[in-house]
Amino acid sequence: MSADEKLDTGKATEAPERLIVSPSPHLRSKDTTASIMMWVAIALVPGIAVSLYYFGLEAARVMVLAIVSCLAFEFLSMKLLGTKGSLKDMSALVTGMLLGMNLPPTSPWWMVVAGGLIAMFVAKHLFGGLGANIFNPALTARVFLLIAWPVHMTRWLTPGVRGLVTQDQLEAVTGATPLGLLSENAAWKLQAFNPTDLLMGNVGGSVGEISAIALILGGVILLAKRIITWEIPVFFIGTTFAVTGAAWLYSPYVYADPLTHILTGGLMLGAFFMATDMVTSPITFRGRVIFAVGCGLLTGLIRLFGGYPEGVSFAILLMNAATPLIDKLTAPKTFGTLKKAEVAK
Amino acid sequence: MAFLSAGNILPTRGRGSFRGGLLSCWPGCPVAGRIIPGVLMAVRKTFKGGVHPHEYKELACSKGIVDMPPPSRVVVLLRQHLGAPARAVVNVGDRVVEGQVVGEPAGFVSAPVHAPISGEVTAVARHRHPGGFICDAVVIEAKEQIPDGDGVVSEGAPHRLPGATLDYMNASPDELKALIRDAGLVGMGGAAFPTHVKLSPPPTKPVDVLIINGAECEPFLTCDHRVMLEETELVVHGVKILMRVLGVGRAIIGIEENKPDAIEALTRAFAGVDGVTVQACRVKYPQGGEKQLIKALTGREVPPPPGLPLDVGCVVQNVGTAARVAEAVMEGKPFTTRVITLSGTQVANPGNYRVKVGTMLKDVIEFAGGLKSDLSRVIQGGPMMGIAMADLDVPVVKGTSGFVFLEAGNPVDYEAAACVRCGRCVSACALRLQPVEIARKIEAGDLDGAEALHVMECMECGSCSFACPSNRWLVQLFRIAKGKINERRRKA
Repeated sequence: MSADEKLDTGKATEAPERLIVSPSPHLRSKDTTASIMMWVAIALVPGIAVSLYYFGLEAARVMVLAIVSCLAFEFLSMKLLGTKGSLKDMSALVTGMLLGMNLPPTSPWWMVVAGGLIAMFVAKHLFGGLGANIFNPALTARVFLLIAWPVHMTRWLTPGVRGLVTQDQLEAVTGATPLGLLSENAAWKLQAFNPTDLLMGNVGGSVGEISAIALILGGVILLAKRIITWEIPVFFIGTTFAVTGAAWLYSPYVYADPLTHILTGGLMLGAFFMATDMVTSPITFRGRVIFAVGCGLLTGLIRLFGGYPEGVSFAILLMNAATPLIDKLTAPKTFGTLKKAEVAK
Repeated sequence: MAFLSAGNILPTRGRGSFRGGLLSCWPGCPVAGRIIPGVLMAVRKTFKGGVHPHEYKELACSKGIVDMPPPSRVVVLLRQHLGAPARAVVNVGDRVVEGQVVGEPAGFVSAPVHAPISGEVTAVARHRHPGGFICDAVVIEAKEQIPDGDGVVSEGAPHRLPGATLDYMNASPDELKALIRDAGLVGMGGAAFPTHVKLSPPPTKPVDVLIINGAECEPFLTCDHRVMLEETELVVHGVKILMRVLGVGRAIIGIEENKPDAIEALTRAFAGVDGVTVQACRVKYPQGGEKQLIKALTGREVPPPPGLPLDVGCVVQNVGTAARVAEAVMEGKPFTTRVITLSGTQVANPGNYRVKVGTMLKDVIEFAGGLKSDLSRVIQGGPMMGIAMADLDVPVVKGTSGFVFLEAGNPVDYEAAACVRCGRCVSACALRLQPVEIARKIEAGDLDGAEALHVMECMECGSCSFACPSNRWLVQLFRIAKGKINERRRKA
């Protein structure tokens, strides 16, 4: 982008032989895609740390496998397809971390690798690579694995089991999640879970979704660094709270209270880290509000009335599909084309 | 922040009627007197969008204006304004005196140019403009003054415009406008639109408020800041003259909050002047854009091109222009001198210099103490919208607000990465466009699509490119598309 031109240097100026010419603006903000991705990765660390505390080696195994396979498949996909992106932009690292966090700690290794393949090759690079995908890659992989291997994807390690788990130990060390119980219309069994455990993460679930407080901490980091904007997490969680709260008010015996709903399952992970994925969420404020409300509504409805206990992944993916439409409908009116603004007299 | 407690800098007639009632007691209260106006201003006086580049004002903002002695040679470009270039009316060998017309306006939207120094015309030739293009120029070299037989210096006193008057309040608006036109005044904020044209609204478009632009939102530049501090009286007279020419009873001076001393100085200077308010604006680029400033100060939105500020009853003039207007009307001085900022890390003495229009940049640099060794980029104007020059062999023109000298590696020569649709360009756009979508259309070769997404309304402020984490060349893409669309329209 720079054209050089020979310069007649005057004796007084000591100007260099060549000056660099480039189009304006000549200042750029410090944020780059890589720095944004790095902050997302940093913000995910608290959630992963809690997981390592409760699930130990199994969680570590899944995380490492997911990250390595995502990096590898990103590299191979770019080589094979010649699509946009680079390992240096750190987006594959973030996808790998998110994929690992979306899988149960006892996931077999081949399933994690299959998830990496789906996330990077199918969901990202077949669509054109970085920035061109319609669906969030990690969530696409999660939903694919859930449908392909439902048993492996719904086996939840009991928190506190920190060693590696062998095949024959599996039955003994796995149990139900709060949402699993809810979908069996067993809201009363929820007494076993107290809110503190839900907040801290002392509960079964995917590697990265157990501790609401660690995920909120990560979300606050992203908000403070202005990596994400507030409207998606607030409206997503708020709408889920409202929908499940309405059901709870209607019948507290059948439906769990809304606080339990927002603290369990993948909601915090989804609301702060997955729905806010820049590539697959709308580009305008109004669009993001619609998107987040849609995510919250779908999550609530799927949890209350759907066949699956958890609806966050489906909700976000469905709203991902709606994003181009939302963007089109919420395109702002350009400057000066609004109705005559109120004039200060 | 002392200025925040000065209750009188808030408008007496604000947009909200509540201010007079509920909060009327606040200026007296030491706590509320500081906080409430701060909050009110932060909430009100800005526009939607924009970015926050580092200001770099500290390099030059406290440096008083230094007068550069007239150089021995000037290159007076004949195209220093928007519109038709001036026509040379002198020939090689002619003796000219300071202030004499050397180029006549060629049409209504045009402006005369004057000799900045006395001397001899040594060339009428083509020369490079700091904007990159080449245009006609009159080269004047100072000659030793030869006394004639009676020992009188042959060259007369500097030319002054006839009809200049200190008593401008009793001069007719048309007389004042003629003086402004004959002085060759153009907008000093950068675009260099002839001032008298802006002061001639058609009768169908009544103007009710004059906006004086002291925002100076471009990083590095501080010349307007210094003019407001050091030529305060001229600015006051200039604003009064402009109000008289336009026949408006109301003027608002918009200044970014990062110049509290200028806000205070002008507030004090305008204290006894009816209808003039000094308004602090939030520090945000491009707060000094014409449309953005009007929006911030009046709440009105100028329609997209070909809409003009006139369409919402506003005329915007730069503070520097106001000062030159006063000089033209009261002293008859043609526009041959202006204040420019030299800033950036690679100039020995960043500061503000009063120089003759037509002074070669090299001479200015030499006067200012030279350059540092790591220079790699020279920007004419501010870094957000300014032009990177290939060549320092250019003169100062009427629209030159300054030069910024940057070191190697600043800016980093980015390679654009893939768009990640983060939407930061959409939030940054000061005109509520969607740069990401427009860029996508242009890259797909879909000019119609880009036009439908209003690419022609883009004012190329650079906020989107600044904000882009993928370092995409958005503005450049839009410039190319606009050029192509304009070409297509001409053919059609």
